[in-house]
Amino acid sequence: MMRDERLIFEKSVEGRIGYSLPENDVPEVELESFYPVELLRETAPEIPEVSEVDVIRHYTNLSKRNYGVDSGFYPLGSCTMKYNPKINEDIASMEGLAQMHPLQGPQSAQGNLEILYNMDKYLSEILGMERVTLQPAAGAHGEMTGLMIIKAYHMHRNDSKRVKIIVPDSSHGTNPASAALAGFEVVHIPSDERGCVDIKALEDILDDTVAGLMLTNPNTLGLFEEDILKISEMVHGCGGLLYYDGANMNAIMGMARPGDMGFDIAHVNLHKTFSTPHGGGGPGSGPIGVVKELVPFLPVPVIEKVNDRYILDYDRPLSIGKVKSFYGNFGVILRAYSYIRTMGAQGLKVASQAAVLNANYIRKKLEDLYEIPYNRICMHEFVLSAQKQAKNGVTALDIAKNLLDEGIHPPTIYFPLIVHEAMMIEPTETESPETLDNFIDIMRQLAIKAQEDPESLKNAPRTTYVSRLDEVKAARTPVLRWKK
Amino acid sequence: MKSSYIPMTKQQQEAMLSAVGVKSLDELFSAIPEKLRLKEDLNLPKPLSEHELKKHMHTLAQKNSDTCENSCFLGAGVYDHIIPSAVQHIISRQEFYTAYTPYQPEISQGVLQSIFEYQTMISELTGMDAANASLYDGATALYEAVLLASRFNGRKEVLVARSVNPEYRKALYSVLKYSGITIKEVDFNKEENDPAGKSGTVNLEQLEGKLSKDTAAIAIQSPNFFGILEDIKAISQKAKEIGALLIAVCDPISLGMFESPGALGADIAVGEAQPLGNPMNFGGPLLGYFAVKSPLTRRMPGRIAGETTDSQGRRGFVLTLQAREQHIRREKATSNICTNQALCALAAVSYLSLMGKEGLKEVATQCINKSVYTYQSLLENRQVSRVFDAPFFREFVVKPKIKPSVLNEALLAEKIIGGYDLTAEYPELEGCWLVAVTEKRSREEIDYFVDKVNLMCREGL
Amino acid sequence: MEIREGLYYSKDHEWVRVEGNRAYVGITDYAQDSLGSIVYVELPTEGKELSKGDVLGVVESVKAASDIFSPISGTVVEVNQALADNPELINESPYENHIAVLSFEKADELKELLSPAQYEDLTKGE
Repeated sequence: MMRDERLIFEKSVEGRIGYSLPENDVPEVELESFYPVELLRETAPEIPEVSEVDVIRHYTNLSKRNYGVDSGFYPLGSCTMKYNPKINEDIASMEGLAQMHPLQGPQSAQGNLEILYNMDKYLSEILGMERVTLQPAAGAHGEMTGLMIIKAYHMHRNDSKRVKIIVPDSSHGTNPASAALAGFEVVHIPSDERGCVDIKALEDILDDTVAGLMLTNPNTLGLFEEDILKISEMVHGCGGLLYYDGANMNAIMGMARPGDMGFDIAHVNLHKTFSTPHGGGGPGSGPIGVVKELVPFLPVPVIEKVNDRYILDYDRPLSIGKVKSFYGNFGVILRAYSYIRTMGAQGLKVASQAAVLNANYIRKKLEDLYEIPYNRICMHEFVLSAQKQAKNGVTALDIAKNLLDEGIHPPTIYFPLIVHEAMMIEPTETESPETLDNFIDIMRQLAIKAQEDPESLKNAPRTTYVSRLDEVKAARTPVLRWKK
Repeated sequence: MKSSYIPMTKQQQEAMLSAVGVKSLDELFSAIPEKLRLKEDLNLPKPLSEHELKKHMHTLAQKNSDTCENSCFLGAGVYDHIIPSAVQHIISRQEFYTAYTPYQPEISQGVLQSIFEYQTMISELTGMDAANASLYDGATALYEAVLLASRFNGRKEVLVARSVNPEYRKALYSVLKYSGITIKEVDFNKEENDPAGKSGTVNLEQLEGKLSKDTAAIAIQSPNFFGILEDIKAISQKAKEIGALLIAVCDPISLGMFESPGALGADIAVGEAQPLGNPMNFGGPLLGYFAVKSPLTRRMPGRIAGETTDSQGRRGFVLTLQAREQHIRREKATSNICTNQALCALAAVSYLSLMGKEGLKEVATQCINKSVYTYQSLLENRQVSRVFDAPFFREFVVKPKIKPSVLNEALLAEKIIGGYDLTAEYPELEGCWLVAVTEKRSREEIDYFVDKVNLMCREGL
Repeated sequence: MEIREGLYYSKDHEWVRVEGNRAYVGITDYAQDSLGSIVYVELPTEGKELSKGDVLGVVESVKAASDIFSPISGTVVEVNQALADNPELINESPYENHIAVLSFEKADELKELLSPAQYEDLTKGE
């Protein structure tokens, strides 16, 4: 098959058009009289001139060089790549919902405001929180918002000593990055030999300079922090707040709630737990829930219901303000709303249970061939180490690239940082036992090959559109755009 | 409960539990302390089948009055432009919208190449050397730009024009509150003809007066929140004199017509790219773009796609400069951003590809023709008065005889979404109205709008 | 892993070569090997004053970005401009390619650094 590697610019033909616009039906403005001439563009930007056929073919062919959840298995740990229900897509494009201007006034947007208000209620219930803001556009954005609230809370108490945020060494990179962005000093604490927060280390570090602790539960090793109630007591005891990174919420929906564990603030990723599509890297949505004491600090506006009407409440003197324009990624929230209304309480619980069973099943079937650093019942994901294979020169990266040749998206690799040659596997509940068995078979074969014929596993992938790419070259001499 | 999204059958579940070596699902959750285990189901509404859900959503939609039902003369940062049909078809391809972030480049060339093309087009429009793969929206792009500037030159003050979108400034204040960076505001010229042809633009004298060796950056918007074009070149000169960076917030449709911020001396260009092929979505998801001149390339926040070659020498694309990002650099990262707005960027690059340079210019031209026609028609009838005198793009400010809030309510009954009431954000512009007219408005819609406004103002409400 | 004689070493894998009151600072073979192919070096500006432990610059590879901590207090008098275009020189010869030269006064600080033997012990443990 012919291989067309051209960029859209390289298909441009002068004079060709791909658009359809109504003819101008009002008097034409003489541009040079209306505007200072030097403000008018002399050279048009190099936007390609192509037909609709060209554009559709171009992006259709590009899409074939890509792989979505609809294509196949995607066991990316920490990403919860579950199936994206198609009803959610239909609803998101339903007439009357998306073609709305955010500033058109509450009276003509009562439907959308009702959706936002109800999502606040549903997520509060799921998280065990008092209120939820839907404004943050992604998980990291939610973290930043939560940390801003922690900062505001302490400053409001006139406690400016609290400059530190503690994060586990196993945490997702966005945790310390968000803390730094919110103006905090970041202190890392180690995990113990069970893969959980080292309580002794935590004890040593907790004092009145600590603003809060950020935790994921289950953590990034897929293990439930069993001492969570003790941790919560300790942090609150020294006057700090407890932040929940909800990336792993898919493990415990309907089984347990962060609010009950003692968390004061919790974010969820709608594009993970709540089935909204990942979009090739977004858009997502990272709502955060807070306990009663922190409600006054939520960003504005808060959607309230007054006498059966929904209003936008901006009159909140302690609010941290805004973290982005308007109310949040409504299009994403709409899909998550649709999902929650489809699943109901029972459905969400069954989803978490199946997710946890699926992860444990894979773990059990691979434990004889791969090292599993903390090998006990895991939650919705687990981490294996390819150290054994690496001794023969077959790294986690090699295994990942060989999986590509098998038509499977590899698990997350080299995260968390505390495990060498880490591979984090999260199947989610939307995968069948047959899919899991297929993955297990392939992983077993790769382990065997790594032992018996390691050379055969180098230089993968071979059957993909491109083979391994030179990332060093890309970073040393970055070429970030096409030039004519 | 059975779900079409959960394939595991009861039988299979039993077999799997056995394989794992546990007797029940509950046992898998034994690590959770008994005290924390929920004893009752969550209090959520009963599940709905697809058909019931559609009916439910339809009921909710009926409580809305959208821009298909009404002709929209409201802008203020988010615009009702014509979106070609093909865009939706492209972003509905499952390999795009159900895909993850392209960390495994060999099976993600589709997304990576489209990001590269998007970055190229943004660079072209803005006249900059490099652009990133997107940020959440214009507001967040602005605060990221300010943070970049301050880290770059170590200075702790930023001058922001009051004519920058109020939502952006609010986010800037909130996010920068404890960053150690001080925000100083620069006002706009208020009086008509003072200076001549420049009312509504940044007060350059005041700007000069507030600049100091501590100014990390100046942030302006052009067209500004009032739709008025700023003198980017003059302001960039002032920035250079003092060694500060110039951040220009620019609308991408306007850049099909007007000189780019890069050519006029800006160091960073950011803004809201929603008008490029993305619906208004009730305020999100939107599309923040971010572009810089080359000395700042390695400091750009967010993901960036770069060109390279594979082991067989073929061209390919990868996410590059990742060492600066959160998953590697952690607390020292250029930003905390992880997920961005990839699918919205795909919509934007599809839109630009379909419109082409000619189409983009035609859209901008019609926005100009139609907004000027609306402006002149409104003023002709003398029920609204002029406020500013500088040239505008797609949006303008007038002062109607009756309060905008009252006018808007009445217009809604006539299936018109009226302009933005500036009273709350700009007390000195009490009773002023920000009206936007895009290429989507027909002469008929405009004439109807103007007639209604005149009638309502004349008769009083 | 090469460890050269006649140099001082820091816990953070920097080496120091002293010539009078000038100190040449670079990263060790162990460091460049851990980082992998180096793609970029953020060099300090000439004239910058640094205390011991301050961040002198950053060395980036595809998978990591490492801060270079100043092993001693001093003022940056020279930077190795060749690294701007060819950062891979550090991978090729880490001891021939310093990152910056500092003029220093506090000779006592040198005593706090490690000898080649001590550095060898350190890296054996890691």
